[in-house]
Amino acid sequence: MMIAESVRFALTGVMANKMRSILTTLGILIGIASVIILLAVGAGTSNAIKSQIGKLGTNVLTVSRQTTAGGRAAGGGQAVTGPRSRGTNLTLQDMAALTDPVMAPDVAATAPVVTAQNVTGTYQDATHAVATFVGTTPSYFSISNDTLAAGSYFSDGDASSGTAVAVIGNTVAQDLVGSSVTSAVGQTIALNGQNFVVSGVLAQKGSSGLNDPDDIVVIPYSAAQDKFTGYSPSLASITVQAKSADVMNQAQNEVQMILDARHNVTSANRDYQVRNQAQILTTATTTTATLTVLLGAVAGISLLVGGIGVMNIMLVTVTERTREIGIRKAIGASRGSIVSQFLIESLIISLIGGVLGIAAGYIGSAFPLLGTQPEVQWWTVWLSFLVSAAIGLVFGIYPANKAAKLRPIDALRYE
Amino acid sequence: MNDAVIQLDSVSKIYGKGEAEVRALDSVSISIDRGDFVAIIGASGSGKSTMMNIIGCLDGATQGTYHLDGIDTGTLDEFQLAQIRNRKIGFVFQNFNLIPRTRAVDNVSMPLAYAKVHRKERRERALEVLGSVGLAERADHKPSQLSGGQQQRVAIARALVTNPVLLLADEPTGALDTKSSHEILDLFESLHANGRTIVMITHEADVAARANRVVRFQDGHIIEDHRIRSVHAHPVATAVPA
Repeated sequence: MMIAESVRFALTGVMANKMRSILTTLGILIGIASVIILLAVGAGTSNAIKSQIGKLGTNVLTVSRQTTAGGRAAGGGQAVTGPRSRGTNLTLQDMAALTDPVMAPDVAATAPVVTAQNVTGTYQDATHAVATFVGTTPSYFSISNDTLAAGSYFSDGDASSGTAVAVIGNTVAQDLVGSSVTSAVGQTIALNGQNFVVSGVLAQKGSSGLNDPDDIVVIPYSAAQDKFTGYSPSLASITVQAKSADVMNQAQNEVQMILDARHNVTSANRDYQVRNQAQILTTATTTTATLTVLLGAVAGISLLVGGIGVMNIMLVTVTERTREIGIRKAIGASRGSIVSQFLIESLIISLIGGVLGIAAGYIGSAFPLLGTQPEVQWWTVWLSFLVSAAIGLVFGIYPANKAAKLRPIDALRYE
Repeated sequence: MNDAVIQLDSVSKIYGKGEAEVRALDSVSISIDRGDFVAIIGASGSGKSTMMNIIGCLDGATQGTYHLDGIDTGTLDEFQLAQIRNRKIGFVFQNFNLIPRTRAVDNVSMPLAYAKVHRKERRERALEVLGSVGLAERADHKPSQLSGGQQQRVAIARALVTNPVLLLADEPTGALDTKSSHEILDLFESLHANGRTIVMITHEADVAARANRVVRFQDGHIIEDHRIRSVHAHPVATAVPA
């Protein structure tokens, strides 16, 4: 019952100077809202990167040529691997070896990747610079979680014979044939002046801000070798799919064992590298975590400033109401009831600020920021609520104590 | 059995130390009986305000003992003193000291809130006491909407609401015009007639003349203790000269 009474006294205090209470509340509101929004931006960015990598497949290993030449020359393996020359060290035979069910029980599928830069697609008057250009086999589609919006993939036969067919991504289709992307199927488009028939259009994966996974053209690897890179047994990379995300490390070890044996190298002088999507994910997560911490720290500082604002106003209030405190003490208010009255007053200010800040945070997070859609984390809401309550307590306790310690005769004499 | 509401034995209040030592009260002993109406008079600096602070448990004595309603106040901690002020003493101040922006009824019921009385009961009691000082219809007015005399009546109602053993008034008419002063003093007289113990501090002789007993302070000593009328149904109080 005494608490209810303190709340009523405190509310009277808050209402007594509305403008001041509103401005103080605003300080907390801005602090809490910025904590929620900035942490939501951090979470949104992190999730965007995760989903982008997830779309590429979380159980995918990429075996690529080592672009630095050092390891190979030092290995003394050149005599043994005589027929291969530098830059041709990843072959279709390497790829075939990786699917050995005995040597590599955790590998589910493989696909070769032949790439070319600066490929431009043309259809009638429309042109489009292709961001990602891949020559491969049909298994590539399932490994990279692709699905078709219309048409069909090319066949394994097409892949090895080099048929001039292409599967294009949504962005490419839109740029070339317009908004009805499915109408691209069956059309002949030119890639760097060479005609390809569009066999299929990929379903949209959706951009995640940084790059566009739909800006892609996939053609048979042999066609890419014939028409873009010039004939060469070498692949840019081999995409390996592990049986599941849990056996990524085993799959990576198996791939390295097989390739080390075939290339006659050791871990010290590998002429290829295996990139693990999980590792990329970890790196990306670490980066965004750092970003989130920085954003959170900035928001935290603004919250601290808001808290100091509460303390400042409470100190002013205590000074202003010294006489009232004296009267209350004279008529029987104990130290505890004075403390609780002023503490509750600062709690009310900071909790109202906190609740409004949470609302503002939700509203602010509804709009895209820094190229990503912020995602409000439920724990930041609880945290903000607790922090605003803590601010009320921590920054209120000193002024409240100051009020309670006033001697009644001094307080009554105060003008 | 001692029926004294106030019993001071050799009470001194000393400010400062050594050379700068000031004895605001110097070994004062006095006993005030239940139902008495006592005026404490004296010039500024005579010690009467210090006396009021000590009697009101707003300040402690440096030396000596003070029994209020039989309780030795020197042994009480701060919380217990707050309770004593709440239950045993009703204060009336010169400048009313009502809580601003707070309705009369809420001002009056505030001591009951600190006494943990239930809200509904509090309001009923506050309205009843406001009625007894003739302000029933002003219950919802804020202090700024009341005249000085009315504000002092609200303050008296607030002092009476806990039914204290002692009504302690510090220059209650000091800020009022003559007409309001008379009304307030009439109110005190009728409260006294109903058996209320009243101690009133004043520097005006005509105000002091309304009391039964006049105690004059000078330089921290009682220099005169003069009984004008007898206490209703009580033996005459005896003052021990300092």
